[in-house]
Amino acid sequence: MANRVAIVGIGQTTHSGRRPYVNDGELIYDAVTRALEDAGLTINDMEAVMAGNMDMFEGHHLNDAMLNLYSGAAGRPGFKMNTGGTVGTMTAIQGWYHIASGLYDVCLVIGWEKHDEGPATPAISTITDPAVDRHFLVGAIGGLATVSVAYMQRSGCKLEHAAMVRANASQAAHRNPMAHMREIYSVEDVMKARMVMYPLNLLMCCPTSLGATAMVLASESKAKKICKKPVWMKDHVTVHVEYGGAQFGIGEKRWTSHMEAGAKLFKRNHITKPMQETQVFEMYDPFAFAIPMWLEDFLVCEPNEGWKLIEKGALKLEGEYPVSPSGGVLCTNSIGDSAILRVAEAALQLRQPIRRCTLHQLYRRLRHT
Amino acid sequence: MEAVKKEPVIFEGFVIMPYKYSVGSMASKFFIKIRDSKVICGAKCPKCGMVNVPPRSVCPKCFSKVEELVELSGKGKLETFTIVHYESSVQALKPPYAIGVIKLDGADTSMTHFIGGVDFKDIKPGMKLEPVFKAKREANILDIEYFQPA
Ligand SMILES: [Zn+2]
Repeated sequence: MANRVAIVGIGQTTHSGRRPYVNDGELIYDAVTRALEDAGLTINDMEAVMAGNMDMFEGHHLNDAMLNLYSGAAGRPGFKMNTGGTVGTMTAIQGWYHIASGLYDVCLVIGWEKHDEGPATPAISTITDPAVDRHFLVGAIGGLATVSVAYMQRSGCKLEHAAMVRANASQAAHRNPMAHMREIYSVEDVMKARMVMYPLNLLMCCPTSLGATAMVLASESKAKKICKKPVWMKDHVTVHVEYGGAQFGIGEKRWTSHMEAGAKLFKRNHITKPMQETQVFEMYDPFAFAIPMWLEDFLVCEPNEGWKLIEKGALKLEGEYPVSPSGGVLCTNSIGDSAILRVAEAALQLRQPIRRCTLHQLYRRLRHT
Repeated sequence: MEAVKKEPVIFEGFVIMPYKYSVGSMASKFFIKIRDSKVICGAKCPKCGMVNVPPRSVCPKCFSKVEELVELSGKGKLETFTIVHYESSVQALKPPYAIGVIKLDGADTSMTHFIGGVDFKDIKPGMKLEPVFKAKREANILDIEYFQPA
């Protein structure tokens, strides 16, 4: 039986498009010192440090190695996670494993990115089989654009719904002082943006952001001593796929990693009506169709219902089931930091529900992040 | 079906990955001092006094934020060295050349650079060194052309 694990310290940098006066180490140090301060601890209290970022996205191999003195990882045990956009959550999960297993009581977990400085798209493109897919898929967007068209074909979702998603996200990010793109866009503004890869126009794609997030995780016995309001990481599910053109599932007999993860998570936590039994969803939403499509895929709502929830306004900040009240990845995409930021944002919504808005009823009963 | 010819199929690819690197708040000052004044600086920790060269903004010893820059003479001592004969596309010089680990006077850490102005056979650990700066400097580590015997 796993030990309970709580988030007891959260720190993030402000997010932006350019910060030429700081290097990635300084960005990390900023997030780490904020997380330590939040927990009321020092780096010497950290028993292990987990770092998450992708090799070669900024042109460095083993890019944690030259940053270990900035992160506090030097001289401590820990793992570097190197998955793609998921890396931040995988890093938080890595911290969870180390505490849940009883090996450590206090871990620091960190994700970061200086997205503007590196060749992220050429680096991501090397994920595919060189002999087969690499000529056709460009970075992350190739796969996301094709699944967006497939979603429109099967569900009845229109371009305008994706524009509504982005307009909602802009309202949320506008209230988040740490978000990157905080400008408010109307549905018309979004529809007018230049096309990048059909059906995704520039505003329907996530931006190039930089930033870092760090969290202090603690075991149950320590968490209660460290802070008054620990946020418990109750459960998580990881499902691997083989990356390729059909990674997210296209066609009639769709079964995606999201469906597998949602089904497992809800079943083992006895949740039968996710939209009633949870109150908010902080999603890694890197393109505007992600929210309707992945709400369906995570089995939060019925197939082909996602875009109807958007049309009804249900997923807005003040709607019945807010999705990504932080503004999400659509407004801040510091890749190696994006997924850990989702965990941190969900924890912040639980801990300080009125930090960014007064809609505290939204966050009362959030159970899963 | 006709038999398929036995032959390995190998796809030859290439990847272009240009990148930038913001060197950071303290290292920016370090390179600007070298470019504009031919002066090598270290970063001094306000808490434990450790002096890092090249400068970093976080103390490796006590994890404090470091903002103070101290000017050094640039002179130092060779700690160890090697002679490079291996050739690859990432080198700044054509082999053979010497690289040394140099501890500057007043610094607590060492830096790596080229050793020049001396026959390879005369390079000895412990020898005193001084920097030779390029005439045209661009705020990078190669603004120091090499270290030579002082
Ligand atoms: Zn110090």
